[in-house]
Amino acid sequence: MFPSNGGRPLRDPVPGTGDPGLRAASVARAALDFSIPWYAHIWITTLEILGGFAVAGAVGVALGIAIAWSPTIARALVPFLVFVNTLPKVAVAPLFLLWLGYGLVPNMLIAALIGFFPVVINTAVGLTQIDDDLLDLGRVFGAPRWKVFLKIRLPNALPYVLSALKITATAAVVGAVVGEFVASQSGLGMVIVNAQTNLNTPVAFAALAWISIVGLALYGAVSLAARWLAPWAES
Amino acid sequence: MIVLDRVGMTYEASSGPVEALRDISLTVARGELVALVGPSGCGKSTLLRIVAGLRAPTRGRVDVADHPVRGPVAEVGMVFQAPVLLHWRRVLENVLLPAELSGRDPRRYHERATQLLRLVGLEDFAAKRPRELSGGMQQRAALCRALLLDPPLLLMDEPFGALDAMTRDEMNLELLRVWGETAVDSPRKTVLFVTHSIPEAVLLADRVVVMTPRPGRIAATFDVPLPRPRGVETRADPRFGALSVRIYETLTADGRGGPGRG
Repeated sequence: MFPSNGGRPLRDPVPGTGDPGLRAASVARAALDFSIPWYAHIWITTLEILGGFAVAGAVGVALGIAIAWSPTIARALVPFLVFVNTLPKVAVAPLFLLWLGYGLVPNMLIAALIGFFPVVINTAVGLTQIDDDLLDLGRVFGAPRWKVFLKIRLPNALPYVLSALKITATAAVVGAVVGEFVASQSGLGMVIVNAQTNLNTPVAFAALAWISIVGLALYGAVSLAARWLAPWAES
Repeated sequence: MIVLDRVGMTYEASSGPVEALRDISLTVARGELVALVGPSGCGKSTLLRIVAGLRAPTRGRVDVADHPVRGPVAEVGMVFQAPVLLHWRRVLENVLLPAELSGRDPRRYHERATQLLRLVGLEDFAAKRPRELSGGMQQRAALCRALLLDPPLLLMDEPFGALDAMTRDEMNLELLRVWGETAVDSPRKTVLFVTHSIPEAVLLADRVVVMTPRPGRIAATFDVPLPRPRGVETRADPRFGALSVRIYETLTADGRGGPGRG
């Protein structure tokens, strides 16, 4: 659990000193040193990211629909959402910990909190950016509002939602790691905090490398899904 | 088919009331193709939407198919200046949209949709997405969409205004052909066609209604004496040129503030 360097002498203890090649090699060695339980840490952080991403996506789309559906809801909700989005997440993370205790859930929520805003905005924009002529067409054929929503507005919004989810995917990574920074017993963020305490720079950088690999994988997966779900969109 | 009786329309704008239409009285017979010509801002698009029941006039009375218009008129085909196709749907699915929106079973219209696409030469593009088509082809697909439910009334709002001159000529002849050909098995459709092109109006219409701006009024109405079927050679008819010039003079005369001749 604890990222030690196994009693070996500290390698490259001060960042920015020593031969760059050697430093890169020491990071690579640390990243592939499986006496550190990398799999467990990656798994925990990935779970937090995915959970946060899912919550941000679901809540963001739901709020976006509500805002697009009724101007009254929009007027009531948007200022509050802007307020929530401008809160520094690092500052509220300890509160989540107080309220929800240790574990995956608070970190998921921080990830969700960092990532939900673009989804709300893009969903609302995608639902309302409709040619008036198209809505007239719906009225001429006597289409009920839900049908216009389902057949015209929702598919129109899909590419907007998907591009917001790409932003959310990367933001959720940041959120999960921020949560782990504040307090956590496992996860890649915790590895970084502990490695810093021990001045073990290679392990800290190795954890960063793993975080970016997880982030790239998630971003790639969302991009692929977007291309599959909305092949008509120009991405 | 359409009876407009002293129709007026006044908007409330931030700068005060704006009179868009004044005292429009016009009767369009069943099967007639009437073109509304006028400069931008003469309210001709608004008039079209009033006929469709999409906007309510502030004065006067509108009857379509012997019934006063109180809301969106069913059984109307509309074509707009932009094709406004749903770009996530394939061409055939776009043509089927009116069936879905009006709560009909789209499968029952599959055959008709394919037939319409064949009529305008798009049968090989049925499975393509709109963005893979040129502007003219997209507008043809929009025409098919408007014709799907075989509406007796077709309202067209500068449908070819965004196309280049050659494609536009081609589309005009295409429209006349479709209008004539779909009339083989059913009564000819009534068409109200808004344009700002005089040659287009003369080539297509049985009657040309000239409108003047601010507020939009009818300056004059001209019967088009040209025989049908019309084609490229119609433009060479001396009556084509003579009528175009008279319409042009009416438009410009009123632009200087005088009444229209004609």
